Amino acid sequence: MSVVVFSSVYSALLTATFVILDAVDVAMTEAAVGTGVSTILLLCTLRYVRSEDVECRKISWPFVLFSLILGSLLVFGVASLPYFGDPNSAVHQHLSLYFIENTLEETGIKNIVTAVLASYRGFDTMGEVIVIFTAGVGVLCLLRKEEQSDL
Amino acid sequence: MIFKESVLFVVGKALIPLIFLFALYVQFHGDFGPGGGFQAGTIFSAGFIFYSLVFGFDRLKRVVNISILEIIAVTGVILFVGVGFLCMFLGGEFLNYSYLSDDNLVGQHLGIFIVELGVFLTVFSVLLLLFFCFVDR
Repeated sequence: MSVVVFSSVYSALLTATFVILDAVDVAMTEAAVGTGVSTILLLCTLRYVRSEDVECRKISWPFVLFSLILGSLLVFGVASLPYFGDPNSAVHQHLSLYFIENTLEETGIKNIVTAVLASYRGFDTMGEVIVIFTAGVGVLCLLRKEEQSDL
Repeated sequence: MIFKESVLFVVGKALIPLIFLFALYVQFHGDFGPGGGFQAGTIFSAGFIFYSLVFGFDRLKRVVNISILEIIAVTGVILFVGVGFLCMFLGGEFLNYSYLSDDNLVGQHLGIFIVELGVFLTVFSVLLLLFFCFVDR
């Protein structure tokens, strides 16, 4: 139960991070799905599977050490990332320039993200939609009530 | 049981139409501002789920039906793939919207609009389907 609440709070904080990073569209999705819908789905699941909070007293020191080492390695990796919004970093050298220069005249769409997502990377987005659809079909196969199938 | 005077009831009643309106704004304003099919779909279905939380699941079931949602989900995918094949029939490559119209830009606009609509329908209905499956047991 507390894990569900924590994950919800985590996504709410993540939403704020996305807003700070100017990724408003990702933030909207995170706020709606991460904070709202998935929390409700997890709570529904908890209702069906019997759950009891287990109190954890014993601390496993090898795992604490392992996670500390892993965490410090990740922080070490962050230090060598390019600065946020650095125009000279490697990712901004090739395709980004092309999109920024040509999107408006080629598609007439002012929002480059939308143009890239729906037009330049249309095939990719189609794959995403089909993945979502397949996931829905899978859940339907598992959980759909029998008496509802009266189409 | 939720009383008609409770804060959630009053706030929900006022907020839910605005959520739907915002979702549609995000959908159709995606060419100019942030947003698009994915975002609008999630917000739209979140509005329905909020409605269900405030007013009860039975009242949501009177508004939407699980079989309708299945049809909507399939329609979204068919719209997307259909536009792709339509471009092929009109002489272009798969999902090359420029062939949808004589004017390059109009074709791109039209293609992106339809594709985003397909994304919106699928995302919205699948999310709501998940909610239906998990709650209605």
